[in-house]
Amino acid sequence: MKQVAYFHPALRLVHWLMALAIVTMLFIGVAMVSTVSSLHGMLVAIHKPLGLMILVLVVVRLWLRFYTAIPPLPGSIPAWQRTLAHLSHWALYAMMLAQPLIGWAMLSAAGYPVTLGGGLVLPPIVPVNNDWYAILRPLHSLVALLLFLTVMAHLAAALLHALVLRDGVFNSMAGTRKR
Amino acid sequence: MTNSQLTTGQKVARLALVGAVPLALAILFLWAGGWLTPQRLSADKLVTTLQQSGGEHPGYRRNHAKGVCVIGEFRANGNASAYSRAPLFAQGATTPVTGRFAIAGGNPAAPDYAVPVRSMALQFQQADGQQWRTGMNAIPFFPVATVQGFYDQLVASRPDPATGKPDPAKMKAFVLQHPEIKPFLAWIKGYVPSSSWSSDSFNSLNAFRFIDKSNAAHLVRWSMVSQTPRQPETAEEKTDKDFLQKDLEQRLANGPLKWDLVVTLAGAGDAGNDASKVWPADRQTINAGTLTVTRALPQQQGPCNDINYDPLILPDGIAASDDPLLNARSAAYAKSYNLRTREQSEQAGHPL
Repeated sequence: MKQVAYFHPALRLVHWLMALAIVTMLFIGVAMVSTVSSLHGMLVAIHKPLGLMILVLVVVRLWLRFYTAIPPLPGSIPAWQRTLAHLSHWALYAMMLAQPLIGWAMLSAAGYPVTLGGGLVLPPIVPVNNDWYAILRPLHSLVALLLFLTVMAHLAAALLHALVLRDGVFNSMAGTRKR
Repeated sequence: MTNSQLTTGQKVARLALVGAVPLALAILFLWAGGWLTPQRLSADKLVTTLQQSGGEHPGYRRNHAKGVCVIGEFRANGNASAYSRAPLFAQGATTPVTGRFAIAGGNPAAPDYAVPVRSMALQFQQADGQQWRTGMNAIPFFPVATVQGFYDQLVASRPDPATGKPDPAKMKAFVLQHPEIKPFLAWIKGYVPSSSWSSDSFNSLNAFRFIDKSNAAHLVRWSMVSQTPRQPETAEEKTDKDFLQKDLEQRLANGPLKWDLVVTLAGAGDAGNDASKVWPADRQTINAGTLTVTRALPQQQGPCNDINYDPLILPDGIAASDDPLLNARSAAYAKSYNLRTREQSEQAGHPL
């Protein structure tokens, strides 16, 4: 595979789209279960179609990840940081893929219609089952918190590369020239 | 590599930024989730306060805890289809319904005669996968107009730990603070409950919007109006803790029970955001069809038990109004549902 300095433009586009969507989604999620204001209904109505969008994007993203050339990490990065970087990236992929599915399954288990607005409804992916819901609902919260923490760690690392290390790692996703 | 060296000062400033951005987002995240504003009214607070009134009864709904499941169907006559495009209102459409009759309050062992407020909750399952869920009460209007009012009422009517009864002084202070409750207090004082759920009529109280085929919205409220003649609660019934459930089973053994779905269209100037006020009696009403209840089943392990009758689960063609109570009901019901489903799973021996 040829050496590249940047991620594929399509992958970069999907990455930044998802970054915005996921951070928005995490904020919507914690706000909608807490608030009793008129925001509640609106946030719930956004949460479901946005979750589906993230699920579709993560599938596209994984496809791009496997079928496009990936820029290598610079040699200046120590081995333990490489391992951590790879682990955190795969953890992010796993959570991005699992979280919308957990949400969908959780609504299915509770017998809630998975409405996307405009009369569109997704079919249930698990049968109605109280025990399943009792597991999946807290799991959805747990994965949300883990995902938020991992995204924040990812953001801190990205900023470190962009502002302090300036080693081209941030540029490989931003698409900007290394200064 | 043309990487110009950073001065120590620049490096420190940039490192600070690396930490500050995620930290700021984390604080914002905590704020969005309500963790930094414990004084703000939340679904948690409503449910916790409800529990303090009704006591802790794991596995049960936090309000309207005592009830019974019912099965039936709704047959539309087409009259409402000009106002709502929901398929369930189309002429001749028959929609299966899983419902629940209940009495208000958080105590699943409360005697039926001790609680004048009764409810009917329904889930209409459309063939296209969409659902309409509605929780209605056999009261003409809601005691208060706002979520804060509802919360303050719960707090004021909480039993005093010393006496086990609500503190009259707190209730008095509440009435001064929320005078809009006076009509409700007057109504309930003069109200004689009926001898049967089957003869009660149940009202949505909250306003909603019907959306028609041209996307026009119509502000509405609805009622399930009983076709069964009403009789006041008897002295004998006031000695039987479960007379409502027994009565329902007995009546259903003799045949189905029916209600008409009556939709009231708001007139000019009628507010959709104040459930404490009835709309004038001359408003246009539409009989949209008939609900036929055929069977009753105990709620524990019954078909209604795992249903959260969230009033914001609506099919295309019915939408929320600007009534603030709807959002609070939806958020609090979800909280109650999450708690009790987990408790039920633990009780069944399948904990996480």
